[in-house]
Amino acid sequence: MRSDPGLYHYWPYEDRPKISWPGGARVAFWVAPNIEFYELDPAVNPHRKAWPKPVPDVHGYATRDYGNRVGHMRLMNLLDKYGVRGSISLSTALCDHHPEIIAMCRDRDWEFFSHGIYNTRYVYGMSEAQEREVIEAAMATILEHTGKPCAGYLAPALTHTEHTLDLFAEAGGIYTCDLFHDDQPTPVRVRSGEKFISVPYSLEMNDTIVYVANKIEPRRYGEMLKANFDRLYAEGADNPVVMCIPLHAYQVSHPHRLRAFEEALEYITGHSDVWVTTGREIAEHWIANHYDAAVADIEARGATS
Amino acid sequence: MSLDGDYLKYARRGYGMDHDHYDWSMLADRAPVTWPGNKPLALWVNVALQFFPLDQKGKPFPPPGGMVTAYPDLRHFTLRDYGNRVGVFRIFKALDAFGVTASVAMSARLAERTPYLLQRVVDRGHELLCHGWDMDSLHYGGLDAAEERKRIARSLDVLRGASGQSIKGWLSPAKSQSENTPALLVEHGVEFMCDWINDDLPFPFRTAAGELTAMPLSTELEDRFVITDNGHAELEWAEQVEDACDFLIGEAEATGGGRLLALNIHPWMLGQPHRIRALERVLEYITQSGKVWSAAPGEILAAWRAVQA
Repeated sequence: MRSDPGLYHYWPYEDRPKISWPGGARVAFWVAPNIEFYELDPAVNPHRKAWPKPVPDVHGYATRDYGNRVGHMRLMNLLDKYGVRGSISLSTALCDHHPEIIAMCRDRDWEFFSHGIYNTRYVYGMSEAQEREVIEAAMATILEHTGKPCAGYLAPALTHTEHTLDLFAEAGGIYTCDLFHDDQPTPVRVRSGEKFISVPYSLEMNDTIVYVANKIEPRRYGEMLKANFDRLYAEGADNPVVMCIPLHAYQVSHPHRLRAFEEALEYITGHSDVWVTTGREIAEHWIANHYDAAVADIEARGATS
Repeated sequence: MSLDGDYLKYARRGYGMDHDHYDWSMLADRAPVTWPGNKPLALWVNVALQFFPLDQKGKPFPPPGGMVTAYPDLRHFTLRDYGNRVGVFRIFKALDAFGVTASVAMSARLAERTPYLLQRVVDRGHELLCHGWDMDSLHYGGLDAAEERKRIARSLDVLRGASGQSIKGWLSPAKSQSENTPALLVEHGVEFMCDWINDDLPFPFRTAAGELTAMPLSTELEDRFVITDNGHAELEWAEQVEDACDFLIGEAEATGGGRLLALNIHPWMLGQPHRIRALERVLEYITQSGKVWSAAPGEILAAWRAVQA
């Protein structure tokens, strides 16, 4: 084990080279619905239990299933209303279980990126070859079902090894959502030396973290999203930034929660100088226009760690 | 280091669900339900009357609302008992004040212990659901099937015998089930269960013993979950229920399909003097819209069945 993941250098927020987003936007804004499949009776990983209760954990399973049966359509309609294309963090087995959802999102030109095969399968204990196999299999499923290669990664259930990002980059990925260290894209060091980056995916604004871990009231979540946006929008006048809202239809789409989210979405998309986009588009733009300058700046500052 | 190769196999990967209990079906694709009077929203209030034994075993987990301290936990035992002695009568008054129908899910053991309370429930005309034997008699994966059959039979027999009602509905303690629970419920004449919270409308549920109906009773909106688990204030619970009411009415009017607001409440929680106002406020808000059909789950189920193919 290491004391530091060794994935990026310390690179202070102030005095960085200025980002230019398309249209001169201050904020690149993206919404990442996690469309997940949790298995009722998954194979057992000796390092982590899939469910807190004995199988069948009806309550836990049904809570997640609600997102696909009920919540997805509500959230998709809402994103349509405000002109947002979702960037889906996808349990790729869902292409087989619920192809109707995949088809609707494909028709809307949403992005699909890998969130593993099932959210009840963890990489803990896998050999490097096994982890490569599951990473490549998930990416292959996305290509097969959507016609587009997978660019981004959010590890299933946020389970990682020391090689996860190396393996994903070697399989052709260009960005990760697994790191929460910044409000701008940053280079990520992978062993192949390929250009590979982190795109901000805010765990703090993630509805599951908000509702399940932090137990925030729905209307308060709406206020938090607006406050998050307001500050980023102000700072983005000097040097543009990224705002991401990661969502789960099994949380945000409940009848007592969706209206508060809609108010925030309406507020954010009602501003000029906001680039409403996807994770892939942010990554591609930043790699093409800012990656080299960022690396040079990090080196010039005498990169540490 | 590596995992067993089976960990990279996915036996149930394929179209639909990864089990055989119900079909994959999105709410948006269902045949529209019409409630009596063409109301967009059906309101199902369920009052949970629960017995938490002092000598809690907590197997395989302590039930939500159960004993917490070392034995004897007089604090939590009496706080829960308060609901059955005092709080429930405040709830009855609130329901009556706004003309709201409610079902009552009762621990069978409580019906046995407090015949007065059971009789009041029956005389008031509430539809009774069986809420298991008591809150510490959990149904869970690995529970011996013969033992579970005995437990279900005893619970239903006691509640049916004491109430004179046929008892068609079931709510498991903690909404916890074993792999056998749904089939055992069918064997014992149960027609609907409320444990699967994966939908906003009833849906058909298959078991080895035949079919029953899942009637999802929302956890996310229940008083105990919002106020105790999430730590929100009672008026914030009220806001959330009101927001849910508005949202569901809006969705029903936009889609032409009736929606269901399922509200599970606990007299030991909302029946406290400082919380009952939150319930009154919610019931007033919902009923004054004029767009709500307040009904017992059996009636809601009948209206839903009328539009199933």
